[in-house]
Amino acid sequence: MQQPVIKTELLTKRFGSFTAADELTFEVYPGEIFGFLGANGAGKTTAMRMLCGLSLPSSGKATIAGFDIYKQTEKIKQNIGYMSQKFSLYEDLTVIENIRFYAGIYGLSDKEIKAKSNNLLDQLGLQNEAKKLVSELPLGWKQKLSFSVAVIHQPKIVFLDEPTGGVDPVTRRQFWDLIYDASDKGLTVFVTTHYMDEAEYCNRISIMVDGRIEALDTPSNLKKQFSANSMDDVFYQLARGAKRNE
Amino acid sequence: MKAVTLNNITKTYNKGTVLAVDNLSFEVEKGELFGLIGPDGAGKSTIFRLLTTLLLADSGTATVDGLDIVKDFKTIRKKVGYMPGKFSLYQDLTVEENLNFFASIFGTTIHENYELIKDIYVQIEPFKTRRAGKLSGGMKQKLALSCALIHKPSVLFLDEPTTGVDTVSRKEFWQMLKRLKEQGITILVSTPYMDEANLCDRIALMQSGKILSIDTPANITKAYDGKLYAIRSSSMHKLLIELRNYEFTESCFAFGEYLHITFKKDHIDHTNALLSYLKHNGHTNLELKTIEPSIEDCFIQLLKQ
Repeated sequence: MQQPVIKTELLTKRFGSFTAADELTFEVYPGEIFGFLGANGAGKTTAMRMLCGLSLPSSGKATIAGFDIYKQTEKIKQNIGYMSQKFSLYEDLTVIENIRFYAGIYGLSDKEIKAKSNNLLDQLGLQNEAKKLVSELPLGWKQKLSFSVAVIHQPKIVFLDEPTGGVDPVTRRQFWDLIYDASDKGLTVFVTTHYMDEAEYCNRISIMVDGRIEALDTPSNLKKQFSANSMDDVFYQLARGAKRNE
Repeated sequence: MKAVTLNNITKTYNKGTVLAVDNLSFEVEKGELFGLIGPDGAGKSTIFRLLTTLLLADSGTATVDGLDIVKDFKTIRKKVGYMPGKFSLYQDLTVEENLNFFASIFGTTIHENYELIKDIYVQIEPFKTRRAGKLSGGMKQKLALSCALIHKPSVLFLDEPTTGVDTVSRKEFWQMLKRLKEQGITILVSTPYMDEANLCDRIALMQSGKILSIDTPANITKAYDGKLYAIRSSSMHKLLIELRNYEFTESCFAFGEYLHITFKKDHIDHTNALLSYLKHNGHTNLELKTIEPSIEDCFIQLLKQ
């Protein structure tokens, strides 16, 4: 069996008397597309911040890309990519400046940066737009670019936090093509979404309710387990019982 | 009298370089629950800001409740309720203070129109001394709706009230809208979620400042051109790639647990040939069936035209 790239054991985060993430235990494998779902306030963001090395757990264990979540947070940050709709590209930098900036942040050498950025512009078909400000790009292109810069240092895992919000249905699907391609090449994709049809595109899914992981399996097994027709229905059955609404 | 009319409305930003709304005309009936459906940049928020008299159009005319959006802007502001896309209440006032503030601005009291907001407000009333900034997404949404309703508006404008909200809160929100509609309030609501389209009486599918189609959800799906199939197998990504390269495929895209596919020359039955081709390629657990298109299928087809 392959070594998991994410492995957590009873991972917990408390803020005072409030347990935001409660004894999370799960594993994610190389090349897997793992959907991380939960109602608003269920604790997804808290969990993600710990997994990205941005917040220390209160108790429990975890390794991310082989690195310890308490002692090797800097190593974790170097070995993961992160993209969210809220924080991704600098709108007032050009396309090429954004690529160089991220490549530099991730510690690539000048030589690598030059080669990589050229490659990337070709791949995305953005050669003619290289010197345009990112703010001038259509949303769909921005998303592709922001995904590409998030993985420019070839991390083992990429965390995608609601990456497809607000785009049209065609662009949304093109984005998933990118995700599939990356996962075919062995990249592990950890993704949150509010679109339940996208939950179906994941290999496995976990659903958080009130800080705990209440379900974790493939979409088809979850539907069987909850006698549901759709993931929307599975989610609804689980999240409806949430007490932590405030 | 119509609740809302737009006649050839155009709005640009940045000295005419960004076309947000492109010569739009449509009408909304009194008491209707009307949906503007489309992605970011479709022009939904601009339409709301024009109709709530917060922006001036470059050209064209529009009315709300029979009143002109330019000439009668002061009267319109008293009669409409508006919930902007971005949470715009006072974060450092409590739930109750916010509601009182909006009531007094409109010369009324919570007590006077309590019946109208009761269903919604009781759910957040236990937290009425909490500051608005400390509320969860779902509760902010309920407070914002209460504030938009407190003066009993004749037309309610809701700009993406369910964006970023989980599916449980989204369902609850639409139930609230249904009850408001029963009280005779005209509601214009925008959303990027195509599955919410079916909950509206009529919808406009929008992209880049234009309307792609405007009708009842049932009529829009009826107008879908051609036959639509759903297909799945044990390895979905492989299936998607192979179907896109299949000679008779017109379009193929992922759709939840299935792929949706349309064929060129769809008067011919391609199903048997396709299934044996896919079996030959090693696919197992194949399932292929004809299906009724959803609003999202229609939107995708309209985008390609």
